[in-house]
This record gives sequence, structure tokens and C-alpha cells, in this order.
Amino acid sequence: MEAYSEKVMEHFRNPRNVGEIENPDGIGHVGNPLCGDIMELYIKVEDNTIVDAKFKTFGCGAAIATSSMVTELVKGKSIDEALAISNKAVAEALGGLPPIKMHCSVLAEQALKSAIEDYIEKEKKTLT
Amino acid sequence: MNIIFLDYASTTPTDPEVVKVMLPYFTERFGNPSSIYSLGQEARAAIEGTRGKIAVALGAKSKEIIFTSGGTEGNNFAIKGVAYANEHKGNHIITSSVEHHAVIEPCKFLEKKGFDLTYLPVDKDGLVNPDDVRKAITKKTILISIMHANNEVGTIEPIKEIGRIAREHNVYFHTDSVQSFGHIPVDVNDLNVDLLSVSAHKLYGPKGIGALYIRKGTKVIPFMHGGDQERKRRASTENVPGIIGFGKAVEIASTYMNEEAKMLTTLRDKLVKGIFAKIDHIRLNGHPTQRLPNNVNFAFEFVEGESMLLSLDMEGIAASTGSACSSSSLEPSHVLLALGLPHEIAHGSLRFTFGRYTKNEDIDYVLEVLPKIVEKLRSMSPLYKKKNKVTNFSSKSAKEN
Ligand code: FES
Repeated sequence: MEAYSEKVMEHFRNPRNVGEIENPDGIGHVGNPLCGDIMELYIKVEDNTIVDAKFKTFGCGAAIATSSMVTELVKGKSIDEALAISNKAVAEALGGLPPIKMHCSVLAEQALKSAIEDYIEKEKKTLT
Repeated sequence: MNIIFLDYASTTPTDPEVVKVMLPYFTERFGNPSSIYSLGQEARAAIEGTRGKIAVALGAKSKEIIFTSGGTEGNNFAIKGVAYANEHKGNHIITSSVEHHAVIEPCKFLEKKGFDLTYLPVDKDGLVNPDDVRKAITKKTILISIMHANNEVGTIEPIKEIGRIAREHNVYFHTDSVQSFGHIPVDVNDLNVDLLSVSAHKLYGPKGIGALYIRKGTKVIPFMHGGDQERKRRASTENVPGIIGFGKAVEIASTYMNEEAKMLTTLRDKLVKGIFAKIDHIRLNGHPTQRLPNNVNFAFEFVEGESMLLSLDMEGIAASTGSACSSSSLEPSHVLLALGLPHEIAHGSLRFTFGRYTKNEDIDYVLEVLPKIVEKLRSMSPLYKKKNKVTNFSSKSAKEN
């Protein structure tokens, strides 16, 4: 396999935002249909802005690094801005991923989207 | 950083003694063994001498040894060679579900060409049941191919018994001996085999050279067509330096095999015991005792293998995994699945294989580093609900008091 970039290894070595958020505003829970990995992403939202994000991941080096990166990217972003974060953007922020590992960044994107959807669902419920 | 290499099943460093005997055959004694002048004949004599050595190590005759480019070639040669030479007798081949890709892929290729394949299951320890072999044999069976020792989990198969069954039924029997030769006794008559593949770089010889034993009288079509080399069964100018190096490697392995196996078994059992003592939610893969002296394979629940490998690499340890994430197909190891491991547990597998240069301290180091790595990755895993939270907490507070 192609080697990981320095940035990926750095995030793998020191992953940011590992853990769970108590009483999160949104939780994303996704599984990777390709290799069978699992990612959980928690967000805290205030005034339509994501103020905190944490993750737990069962997966390869790329999966851990992309989870770490996506939680970094999303902090301080509005919901709309966060929804616009693509897996490519995450991979690019990590200095690229080996082609066979791109699907791990897709998982990170999906985890984020599903956490935001969860948040929007909950919001709707509290409004009605 | 010093690398602690614990992946000897993948390859071994070439023994300096081996390199030394090879060198003259690149420069001074570079003759082509097919040439009639003395430079050529000198090379011819050297490779024939080596053929004799390898034959003795296998309990075979010189004429039954064909040099190949390695284990993959030996397996391809044996399986396709026997299949196509005996097509008129039948089209059924029996193999197991835990073979190396170099056996499985030629089998799948033959399946596409109209051969009928049976892939026998294994038990939870990776053993093929000889009774299953007996039951699978039909009038059309022309070949049985079962590996001697498994490259991933180290299980040693009951080759002698399977060989006896094959002989009773007059079916050719091939074994892939790449992981066992040079490490445990391999004798073609004792094992009742007709074909047996070996490779030099798994026993401190050079890469790119191996051999296939073909019992006298076995019908096999040539692997390569061309010149008259290797009794016309494998054309191509001989890899003279490789062959010479292979011979030396076999000589060294034969001398030290028993001593080495004893040393490796001690290290193996120490690592197994240590891991069981320090880490919970784990499973030893492969047979507990009927396994290669140098193989340790564990599955660690709730963690993924590639991330363990990367973490070990950062600590200077080289190992291997059967995780889906580290394979190009994104499929977990077929061997671990055949043992009955669920996908997510196969995910967390780690293989350590030791060798001649492994030291007791290396095992201590692994036992110091590995529990921390597993702990760190588990703390990041959504699957890990800390079952021992309470006990951990109380033991910690007890210490603090
Ligand atoms: S999570 Fe399996 S390959 Fe990345």
C-alpha cells in the first residue's frame, strides 16, 4: 500500500477530539459497507454554530485521522457551512490519502452529515 | 530507532554466510551452466551439488528437485502442471479453505477452465480433517493440495495422514511447505507427498529462488517451455547465485533447526502467556500446540489491525495483520474467516512471527508496548464499553490509599 502522508500520521498519533459529548445536540453513527468499520460523531450546537465535536472510531489509520480532521474542521462552522464539508476537503486537509483509503474519508463525511441530520430532527421536535 | 522485526513469516534477512557464498557466482564464476567450456561446467557442477544438498534435506533424490523462482511458482507449477497433465483421468481437485493465495488463485483459475474444485473447511484451530479429505475423493479426483503449515495462524496440518489417504486412492498429493521447510522436519517420504514447494527467502536465503519436489513418475506438464534446463520441465537459464545461496541456507537451517525451534517455542509461549496475562477480550488464533514454533496470532476485540500495526511501527516493531483495512480487496483474511471468526474480530488480528535474530528482550518490549496500544485504540473505539470500569477504578483507588 501507498504510505500515509505526514499529516495523516500526525493526526493518527495525536488524534484531536476523541471521546463522547454528554448530552450532545446531534449524534452520527455510521458503518463502512466496504471494510466494516464504525464511526460515531457527536456535536454540540449553539446559535446554529457547531461549538464542539468529538468522535469515536473503530477503523484504520485513515479512518482515525479523517475523524480527527473532520471534528477539527467543523468546529466554529455554521450548520450550512458544516454540511458543505466534503470527504475530499477532509482528505485534502490531511495532505491527501492513498486511493484505496478514500472510502474512509467518505465515512467521516457521512458521520458528520448524520450528526447534523440528527440535530435538525431534534430541533424540529422541540419546535413543534 | 532499532527495528524489532517480528514478521519472519513474510520474509527473512539473508544470512551473511549465504551472501558470501553467492558473491563469486555474480562476478568470477558467472558462466552459464549450459555452456560446454569449463566456466559453464563449473557453474553446472555447483548447482548440481546444491540440488543434491536440497534433495538430502527433503529425503528426496536429486532428479526429483526442480529449481523455481520461489513458492508461488512451485505452487502454480504443481497445481496447474498436474491438472493439465492428468485431465484425461479426471477434473476434480481437492484443496483447503486456508491455503495461501499462491494455491487458491491457481485453483480458481482452473475452476474457470472447467475443473471441479473442492475447498475443504477447517476446524476452529485451522485443522483440516483427514476424514473430510477421504470423503471428498471421487473417481475423478486427480490432485489433493493441502499446505503443511499455515502462514497466518501457524497451524500444522496432518499431512502424513492425508498423504496416506491420497496414496490409498491413487491420487497425487501436493503440499505447500513454504512456511515449514527449514523450521520443522520436512521429509517427502515421511509425509507421503508427491509434490512439495519450498522457498529460500523464508529460511534466510535470497529472494527469487525456490524448489519444487516432484516424485519420480509423477505426470506434470512443464512450467516454462524453452531450453533443456531442469530436465525440460522448467526452461530458463538457472539462477546460479540464487541456487548456491539457497543451498547454503538449507545447510545452515538443517544444522540449527532443532536448537532454533526450541528457542522459538520458548519465545512463542512467553509472548502468548504474557499477552493473555496483560490484555483481556482476546483470542489466540490457530492451534494452541500443533503450530509453528515461531508463530503467534491474536485477535483483539474492539480494535482494528492496521491501526495496531501503525502504532507498533511507531514504536519500532514490525508485525502483520489479517484486517480488511490492510488488504487491497478490503476483505478480511480468508484464513481467519475459515476458522469461524466473525468479520469484526478478524479485523483486530495481529501476527507476530519470530526468527533466528529474535531476542528475549524483544518479547519483553512487545509486552510492554502492546497493552498500551490496545488500550489507547480501545479508548477510541465506539465498540468498547469498558466492562471492567468498576474493578479498574477500585484497584486504582486502593493503590492511591
Ligand atoms: S476504516 Fe477500513 S480501510 Fe479505513
